[in-house]
Amino acid sequence: MIAPPPLAPPGVVTSDGLAADLCCFPTREQYFALVESFKVDGFEMCVDVTAVDYLEHFDRPLPDAVVASRFEVVTNLLSLSKKQRVRIRVQAGNEAPEVDSLFALYPGTEALEREVFDMFGVIFTNHPDLTRILMPEDWEGHPLRKDYGSGRVPVQFKEAPGPR
Amino acid sequence: MIDPTIRTAERVELLVAETSEGAQELKRRGDTRSDELGREVGAVLRVQGLNIDPNSVDFDRRDDETMIINMGPSHPSTHGVLRLMLELDGEFVLRTKPVIGYLHTGMEKTAEELSYVQGATNVTRMDYLSPVINELSYSMAVEKLLGIEVPERAVWIRMMMSELNRVSSHLVWMATNGMDLGSTSMMIYGLRERELILAFFEKTAGLRMNLNYVRPGGVAADLPDGWQDDIQVICDTIYERTFEYDQLLTGQPIFRQRLIGVAPITAEEALALSLTGPLLRSTGVAWDLRRAMPYLAYDQVEFDVIVGTYGDNFDRYAIRLNEIRESLRIVRQCLDMMPSGDYRSQDPKVTPPPRARIGESMEALIHHFKLFTEGFHVPVGEVYSAVESPRGEIGCYLVSDGGPKPYRLHVRGPSFVNLQAVSLLMRGGSMSDTITVISTIDPIMGEVDR
Repeated sequence: MIAPPPLAPPGVVTSDGLAADLCCFPTREQYFALVESFKVDGFEMCVDVTAVDYLEHFDRPLPDAVVASRFEVVTNLLSLSKKQRVRIRVQAGNEAPEVDSLFALYPGTEALEREVFDMFGVIFTNHPDLTRILMPEDWEGHPLRKDYGSGRVPVQFKEAPGPR
Repeated sequence: MIDPTIRTAERVELLVAETSEGAQELKRRGDTRSDELGREVGAVLRVQGLNIDPNSVDFDRRDDETMIINMGPSHPSTHGVLRLMLELDGEFVLRTKPVIGYLHTGMEKTAEELSYVQGATNVTRMDYLSPVINELSYSMAVEKLLGIEVPERAVWIRMMMSELNRVSSHLVWMATNGMDLGSTSMMIYGLRERELILAFFEKTAGLRMNLNYVRPGGVAADLPDGWQDDIQVICDTIYERTFEYDQLLTGQPIFRQRLIGVAPITAEEALALSLTGPLLRSTGVAWDLRRAMPYLAYDQVEFDVIVGTYGDNFDRYAIRLNEIRESLRIVRQCLDMMPSGDYRSQDPKVTPPPRARIGESMEALIHHFKLFTEGFHVPVGEVYSAVESPRGEIGCYLVSDGGPKPYRLHVRGPSFVNLQAVSLLMRGGSMSDTITVISTIDPIMGEVDR
């Protein structure tokens, strides 16, 4: 029913994820080229781009060659013709996370990357319009970071409206 | 009270400052980067290599020839709090940009504070028209990490409930779409039929919406006595009435003129924009996760994947109408093939003990206490599970650090991604077409903003 997972190009660390997914662990430099090679290989759609803040888990299970960093950007590609998924986990850095935008390959990642930027502060280089998408424009901080402190800071509102 | 010392012009400035979303808004042409301008008019999709085709972007147009106006966030046909900024040339739309986030409630952050048992109550509120399917994608992700199998009967109950949910969601769509296009009777009929399904949900789960019915390990309750009769009535009634909708809408000249050939999209554009669900199928791509990557027991039932040809508004309407019929077909098969047995896993670490056992068994009491105070622990790992919601692929990316709460829960909302198509679909259309475009994209703002 489910075809065997696709092969990743040489030089990219992989592991078998759960549920017949292939997991790739490219470096930041390899990331864009890897996605491009998957696109050529028949992965027509980039389903999802998200990120995880592993602030408390630098020791998480990863293949040996991968150096864990705080932020991890997770991209899900889907091949309609082969009925396969591939998950790409790129270590995006610790202090100033930054990866290439996939916009040039998959324009549908535009909103997803903006959401990751909004929620985690990950910079996507070459993104056409990297602005906040869910939070108000004058919001401080990136809410899904683990050091953001939910429930401990007062809710931010704009100044009370003046007399109308 | 109006302060007489503040002049009108200042008041306008104050209002603008209060409601401004700054860089998230549609900017004037002069202030927009060329690649962003190309994206906003959908030109990046029209040529190979995704470069901007200069012919489809009118770079020369000056800002004083056009007008940027707001539609929403509280506009009756934006289905919630969607705000669209439109650049208009007279009656025609040049650029569109959705500004979202007005319903953002931080549900992904909330999920990190809730145990896995409580998590289903959270995700069920995202896409409030298809709660069962949200819960399903979440529960399947948790079960994959736990490595547990759910009993056969639970699988079939889940499948039947998700198909009923798909019908009710599409009925609401039929209703609101009818209302957007001026058929208020369709709104009443659509909501009337949906009521049948909601009544069954209430009978089964105790709630009409936000059911919290599908939970990790199975479902919350067995089907009520006499459920077969209820399902029979639901299937017969709604199936018959879909033909009444046909009579009311499908052949109606005004309805047809507002849908046929309006806002078409090609398969290449839909794939590039990561569109899923009826939007993608309307372009002729027969991609339905129920068929392509079967989950639950969808490989054991017969149904057709409905596809369109032209990718226009009418195709999207016809697909949803026919999907109601196909879903009812699946529900009927569930009725015949429903196995007997447990409706939830009997693993005491995951499933709470029956109420009666708590009074007589110490072990059951301990399990109950542990489950509802701390919750169960899920092995370290990360998993992505995707199911077909009425709007497309709803995915749940779950990261566990071995504790009783998810380390990270991300929901890939189909509405959120599908909303990117508005810029492309509205371009060149008239102002009145924007209503039909929003309607046929069918965004649920609860899921867009999460």
